[in-house]
Amino acid sequence: MTEAQHLQGILRLGDDALVLGQRLSEWCGHGPILEEDIALTNVALDLIGQARNLYTLAGQRENQGRDEDALAYFRTDREFQNHLLVEQPNGHFGDTVLRQMFYDAFALERYSFLARQTVDPELAGIAAKAVKELQYHWGHSSQWVIRLGDGTEESHAKVQASVNELWGYTGEMFMADDVDEACAKAGLLPDLEGVQRAWSVRVADCLSQATLSQPEDGWMQRGGKQGLHSEHLSYMLAEMQVLPRTYPNASW
Amino acid sequence: MTEADRITRAWTLVRTVHDPELPYLTVEEMGMVRGVRVDQGQIVVTLTPTYSGCPATDVISEDVTAAVRSVEPDARVEVVLSPAWTTDWILPSAHAKMREHGIAPPEQASADRAFLTGEGKVIPCPRCGSRDTKMVSAFGSTACKAHFTCTVCLEPFEHFKCI
Repeated sequence: MTEAQHLQGILRLGDDALVLGQRLSEWCGHGPILEEDIALTNVALDLIGQARNLYTLAGQRENQGRDEDALAYFRTDREFQNHLLVEQPNGHFGDTVLRQMFYDAFALERYSFLARQTVDPELAGIAAKAVKELQYHWGHSSQWVIRLGDGTEESHAKVQASVNELWGYTGEMFMADDVDEACAKAGLLPDLEGVQRAWSVRVADCLSQATLSQPEDGWMQRGGKQGLHSEHLSYMLAEMQVLPRTYPNASW
Repeated sequence: MTEADRITRAWTLVRTVHDPELPYLTVEEMGMVRGVRVDQGQIVVTLTPTYSGCPATDVISEDVTAAVRSVEPDARVEVVLSPAWTTDWILPSAHAKMREHGIAPPEQASADRAFLTGEGKVIPCPRCGSRDTKMVSAFGSTACKAHFTCTVCLEPFEHFKCI
């Protein structure tokens, strides 16, 4: 594992957390009920907090004078290496909790490993905190998927359509590239085959409790980790970055 | 003044800083202060944030810095993430204060997984003491609290989540 790969590994973690956190924050003021408005924005806040810690660490390691804000606001879409799943639009509430359940199941496995590894103790510290937060996120998203799937005819049909739509974005999380392989070999990141096995068990259990059917594994979307994104990311970044790009160093 | 005296004096000032979201608790009672030391002549206070995204963290760091700088002009705060903060670090004195303010304190060890699923865990009502309560949402007005309702006195209340 080169230093550049180590850095990239940390940045990718931060990109997933930031992009999903920003997406979820779009629910602020639009939740179906007050409690859910608060819940989704709480989860968003945790994720953005995780991204801040990860970007700060990445900036220190890079040693080029970039801080968390430089990494969040002054990189283009092609420089973001998040998974395609997390940048997908919120859709309706069922789409959002389904996307969240897929991510939480993945993130729990990944961060549990990160908290245990000893290659990068600072990253382990950030991960140890994140795991505790992710357990609450998983509880929330999986319970909602079960409630909607095993709910009314309409909620079942809607969330089954969400599963079918988003399933094609899950495969990318387990396709290892050079960075994943080098970091896994060095013991920094988990082996993605193992993560996939654990993820599949967790997700299959949730879907089955929700009386939802799991789509056949077919062709999977890919490209996020290489900076090749769906069109949705650029629009999201444009909105997120417009203020600091227009007024650099603005404060309030 | 010896280093030990300076540390004692700085601790006294750190103890005056309250949590902006739970103003009846000090940051020390919240278990966020890891220590005070002298590093190359400078007073350094180490703090551990509660949640990754807690917006109060920045304010707390500023408040602690300002308090200590009243006597130590070059004092600074160092944020330490590892080991991660846990509700087990909250001082016992804080639990009683939380109850007085209608918040059910974290009662169990942080490792308690049953609570995380919202099942099988009894959180007594801080107002009437009834154990017949239910969780409305695992997410409340701040990152650290869950939202409950007492089914006996019918009052809503907050519970400080165990992490």
